Amino acid sequence: MKRVVVIGNGMAGARFVDELLSRDPSLHVTVFGAEARPAYNRILLSDVLAGKRRREDIALASRAGAVRHLGSEVVGIDRAARTVHAHDGRAAAYDVLVLATGSLPIVPPVHGIAGPDGALLDGVFAFRTVEDCAAIAARARRSSRAVVVGGGLLGLEAARGLLQHGLPVDIVHGNTHLMEVQLDPTGGAVLLRAVEALGVGVHLGSFASKVTGSRSVTGVGLADGRQVAGDLVVLACGVRPHIALARQAGLAVGRGVLVDDALRTDDPHIFAIGECAQHRGEVYGLVAPAWEQAAVLADVLTGAAASYAGSRVVTRLKAMDLDVAAMGETAPELADVGDGLEVLVWADPARHTYSKLVVRDDVLVGALLLGDLAAVGVLTQAFDRRSPLPADRRSLLQPRRSAAAPADLADDDTVCTCNAVTAGALRESGCRTVAEAALATRATTGCGTCASAVAGLLAACTPALQRKTA
Amino acid sequence: MSVDTHCPYCALQCAMSLTPAGEVGAGPEGLCRKGWTAADLLASPQRLTGPLVRDHKGGPLREATWNEALDRAAGGLRAAQAVAGPDAVAVFGGGGLTNEKAYLLGKLARVALRTSQIDYNGRFCMSSAAAAAHRAFGLDRGMPFPLSDVGAAECVVLVGSNVAETMPPFVQHLARMREAGGSLIVIDPRRTPTADAATLHLAPQPGTDLALANGLLFLALEEGLVDEDFLAARTTGWQDVRRCVAAYWPGRVERTTGVGEPDLRRAVRLLGRASRALVLTARGAEQHAHGVDTASSWINLSLALGLCGREGSGWGTLTGQGNGQGGREHGQKADQLPGYRRLDDPAARAHVAGVWGIDPDDLPAPGVSAYELLDSLGDGGGPRALLLLGSNPVVSAPNAGHVASRLASLDHLVVADLVLSETAAMADVVLPTAQWAEEDGTTTNLEGRVLLRRKAVDPPLGVRTDLQVLHELAARLGRTTGFPTSAEEVFDELRRASAGGIADYAGISYARLSAGEQLHWPCPSTDHPGTPRLFLDRFATADGRARLVAVEQPDEAEPVSEAFPLRLTTGRVAMQYQSGAQTRRISALPGDAFIELHLDLAGRLGVEDGERVRVSTVRGQAWLRAKVTDAIRSDTVFVPFHWAGKKRANSLTGDWLDPISKMPAFKVCAARVDRVFSEAVR
Repeated sequence: MKRVVVIGNGMAGARFVDELLSRDPSLHVTVFGAEARPAYNRILLSDVLAGKRRREDIALASRAGAVRHLGSEVVGIDRAARTVHAHDGRAAAYDVLVLATGSLPIVPPVHGIAGPDGALLDGVFAFRTVEDCAAIAARARRSSRAVVVGGGLLGLEAARGLLQHGLPVDIVHGNTHLMEVQLDPTGGAVLLRAVEALGVGVHLGSFASKVTGSRSVTGVGLADGRQVAGDLVVLACGVRPHIALARQAGLAVGRGVLVDDALRTDDPHIFAIGECAQHRGEVYGLVAPAWEQAAVLADVLTGAAASYAGSRVVTRLKAMDLDVAAMGETAPELADVGDGLEVLVWADPARHTYSKLVVRDDVLVGALLLGDLAAVGVLTQAFDRRSPLPADRRSLLQPRRSAAAPADLADDDTVCTCNAVTAGALRESGCRTVAEAALATRATTGCGTCASAVAGLLAACTPALQRKTA
Repeated sequence: MSVDTHCPYCALQCAMSLTPAGEVGAGPEGLCRKGWTAADLLASPQRLTGPLVRDHKGGPLREATWNEALDRAAGGLRAAQAVAGPDAVAVFGGGGLTNEKAYLLGKLARVALRTSQIDYNGRFCMSSAAAAAHRAFGLDRGMPFPLSDVGAAECVVLVGSNVAETMPPFVQHLARMREAGGSLIVIDPRRTPTADAATLHLAPQPGTDLALANGLLFLALEEGLVDEDFLAARTTGWQDVRRCVAAYWPGRVERTTGVGEPDLRRAVRLLGRASRALVLTARGAEQHAHGVDTASSWINLSLALGLCGREGSGWGTLTGQGNGQGGREHGQKADQLPGYRRLDDPAARAHVAGVWGIDPDDLPAPGVSAYELLDSLGDGGGPRALLLLGSNPVVSAPNAGHVASRLASLDHLVVADLVLSETAAMADVVLPTAQWAEEDGTTTNLEGRVLLRRKAVDPPLGVRTDLQVLHELAARLGRTTGFPTSAEEVFDELRRASAGGIADYAGISYARLSAGEQLHWPCPSTDHPGTPRLFLDRFATADGRARLVAVEQPDEAEPVSEAFPLRLTTGRVAMQYQSGAQTRRISALPGDAFIELHLDLAGRLGVEDGERVRVSTVRGQAWLRAKVTDAIRSDTVFVPFHWAGKKRANSLTGDWLDPISKMPAFKVCAARVDRVFSEAVR
């Protein structure tokens, strides 16, 4: 019996165990999770922060059949003995070890942020776990003003959650536009207008350089001298792969634990998935790639033919009232077109709407949608699958069409579906009333819902035509 | 003088009147063109008016007397059983057969032939929804509420249903709802006439309705629309489902389905905020290798919103065939006895054996499902002889080329039909049978209401009713009693056989139906008013609670590839019905086969509207006229399945079966479309 040990019970680890046991329930699977709580859905953390979901509402399904040591943090991997050791003295031998250790929040090396013991100053919080969310929400109830450090995806989600508590919120961000990883400068500007319209103060272009307050936080100082007051500070400065354990065990690491297309590290018994893994130079910070990796690895370990070729990343954000979708290459500008590259832009910043599509050799390689996401489903699938694009690119951004008025119907358009009566047949019938048309063509004698369309069409018929056929 | 009857086609079973001269009159709910022209086949030269037999395999069919034909039919069945035992003979029925015929066909199989090998084409129609309903509610009645609830709803969701074409008079109920301010949400990869009339149309990739439903439930939680009190009081399984749908956030569902979050959110708000709301699934959601789970996902959503078991709201399935409901209740299904009893339940066996006057131990065990049965025939190592009524699997079964070759490998094929269908044309014995207007019988419509069709005209000389055929065959198989030819007599026996079962017809009689009573089953006694609404107090499960079942969207059974880059889906059109055996023979019902494809796809392929194209899958090919439109997803093509030969959609479809219902995956497979220049189409 193959013994599989999984380190990490987050989105990647829990999903992997589920995928693995669904393929082979007889495997002996042991999971170590540093958090004491059963696996939960990190996607929903900002809902918990916002008070829209309870902590227990975000639990992930976990299939029976695995031994789960929760609150048990693995502190060492003995590769020679193929055994892992946890801080509480537990140990587990493995035939296959899967690292799903995720990532750690980055705490910027800012003056005053932490005491000598390394603990964050009172009122300053990381934004990573459900415990963090609960602590932030509790603190928000007795705070008067919040500052979010970081204007990326996570920072905007945090700001959204804090707004729900009725707090004034400021965002400080070192880059010159928000969400610069996903958005181009125009998109960042549209997002800025939308965020500011909600009353959020946004301070761009200068990094936080100090945190003020002695016993508890009173504000954040920026490198350019600006001061932003706040008695609650949330750090959303990004994450870094949690690879200390792998490094200590002597596995090859870069930014993350290096893996091949089978998600295997340089130790043939050890695999890595999720935010701790680095594949073909990429470290993914989103759930979808982690789950794709989990499925591939479950296949690999149960003998199915599978290999991981990288993920296509779609980022979604619900930032307050503004929906954002970003995928693939979004940097190319209108001036860059040519040589197979197309850039299409629709911008209406006054209405907080901006769309940009990047097409390379007839394939959608990137897209930004802000404000109006009507096309997001179609675009996401086109990007994901590299499916062929319509010759008329406008239809990609305008997926809807309106129904024709009765008078505009073509002769071969069906008016009465029940009885297959076309507009042409009605026009040629010479009928003047719906009752006449019903007798002559049976139009309206089924469900009857076309009666007004038939009436409208007959009314629009020219007298000349009626005379001719009468 | 005209006689009151009902249309022979779909499960709406519209009331109609018919004069002896064959003039049709519409009932209060109107008729579609199929109904208006239904009588055209009564006097059609294309119908069969005398038995046909084939003297040797590969030889021609020739006319025969009834005695000769019946002797040969029964003789071939007996011969097969003499060599290889009772299961050497299979029986295949249909969802268009009346309750009486379905009942007697099941009895013939179990009592006269004593074979376990019986199933019917309803397996291709209702089986996924039926299994999901049983799993959730302990009972399957397509709509557990009356049809009139549709018009009174504030929101109706149609999942994979194109009623405007397949069940046109149904639309008036939707129109009534819309006029009163209600919302219609249609979920279909095509912008059908039904979708065109909707408040909101969602066009998911075929086969992803499960992810869509789970995604809506995810958003329902976020929007605070879930009815926790109802879930606590009347259901089990909610916590599992809640955890399961937590993984269906909009960004993920968008990638799977292609439906964007704004539309998902709008849909769940329209549905979740309505005080009276109905969720109706149909074949688009159900005809998949995960059809049961897909139906369950929509039931979960309905339960979580507190819709089920409440007057004016609920989940239902839109039954397809004329007697799709009754046909699945009375024993032509492999695992079933009359009254929706289970063949593996000792008490059910004892009850029905008592009505039939046999030893319960003489009843066969459950057999295999429709496709498995057809696949096992002849060369497949299963039955060597087949008796088939009310079905045309050469056109309507999945992977039909393969099915046809299995049928061709039989020693003996007996088909009863009113025309020489593609399947009848392969038979060794063809028995010409009467049409709906030429005999009495009952059907059970989509809302579980039993309807009486009265005989309006005499059948032509040389034609017999199905009940007469079954009577004669039974006699030749040694059962001279127990197979009456009077429909009412059969129905009265069915009442006794169903008494105490789930689908209890005991209190329903021809007299009550003739008097105009509207009787929905269960109706256990003659003074019982019937049950228009089920589940108001309790569900039909052992503990009275509905069960939510956590279900996951699976990977595609046949992923698209470079060689087969498109998804093919199949369905029906307004002017044809099922395999087209009837409607293709009615000149007033126009139309020809086609493939619907998006103008972007057509542009890439260089295909012009009206051009003939070749459609291929790994299983087969079809040659079809291109209908270029903007009303379909550009990665999906649609082919109606009413036509035969080179236009046969089911030459293309796959034979993956749902693990629970054994429903084939008619609604999606990987295909390609190519231009053809010189190949003959006809």
